[in-house]
Amino acid sequence: MVITRKVEFSASHVCRDPRLSDQENQRIYGMAANPHGHGHNYLVEVSVKGDPDPVTGMVLDLKELKAILEREIVEPYDHRFLNYEVAPFDKQVPTTENIALDIWRRLQPQLNGRGRKLHAIRVYETPDLYVDYFGESECSE
Amino acid sequence: MFRVTRRYAFAASHRLHSDALSAEENRELYGKCNNPYGHGHNYLVDVSVRGPRDAATGQTVEIAVLDELVRREVLTPFEHRNLNREVPEFAGVVPTSENLGVEICRRLKRKWGQAFPGPWPKLDKICIGETPRNIFEVKADEIE
Repeated sequence: MVITRKVEFSASHVCRDPRLSDQENQRIYGMAANPHGHGHNYLVEVSVKGDPDPVTGMVLDLKELKAILEREIVEPYDHRFLNYEVAPFDKQVPTTENIALDIWRRLQPQLNGRGRKLHAIRVYETPDLYVDYFGESECSE
Repeated sequence: MFRVTRRYAFAASHRLHSDALSAEENRELYGKCNNPYGHGHNYLVDVSVRGPRDAATGQTVEIAVLDELVRREVLTPFEHRNLNREVPEFAGVVPTSENLGVEICRRLKRKWGQAFPGPWPKLDKICIGETPRNIFEVKADEIE
């Protein structure tokens, strides 16, 4: 069974690689390369897979999940400029893919175990664009 | 593995009517959707792409390239059109959202290699929202 909880944060970022020219950054990242940065209301959906506990009837106590998401996502990310204030984005471009990957790495050790595991992270950058990350599985043909 | 989904929209009219059925059978099967003058929808098209993340750019797909492909192959030919009369593939095929999903998939797959010459990303699926309550999902691998 898969359970999903949503969490939101608002943050600013800029997508540009300092090793590339302005023109290259513009070609790859478009308006997101504006060096002064811009922001989004991000929506994150965290999905955990497991069997319901026979006593509690729950895959995971949602109070516990809420506290983990607050601590691991909202506290570090909310109302921050990701490039300047949230590692690893001092070294990595904060694309939606990289944000999904970082959230996965923050959450996996907190959620795996006791018969359940992190199943998927979905990050909406805007209502028109989202990324799903399913862990380090090989890309299937 | 990453899957990136981009949402697009267009407005179009259509009529559900099969030449293989009688007028009465069409009315019974398609109901209001068989209205001879047609009707329209604000269609949503979610295009999902899968692949690894390029370590240098942090991206699975160049969104600008995907946007241009979808604009050229789908949005421009479908926007504010009568699908039955103005999209040649629907001359003999009923423009249900199932068939619309298949047609959009075919159009994108046909030009995919030009837009994305490498092994990745691949087209994963198309999801059509005909109305907010009717959703149709087509896996790209299942379409010729």
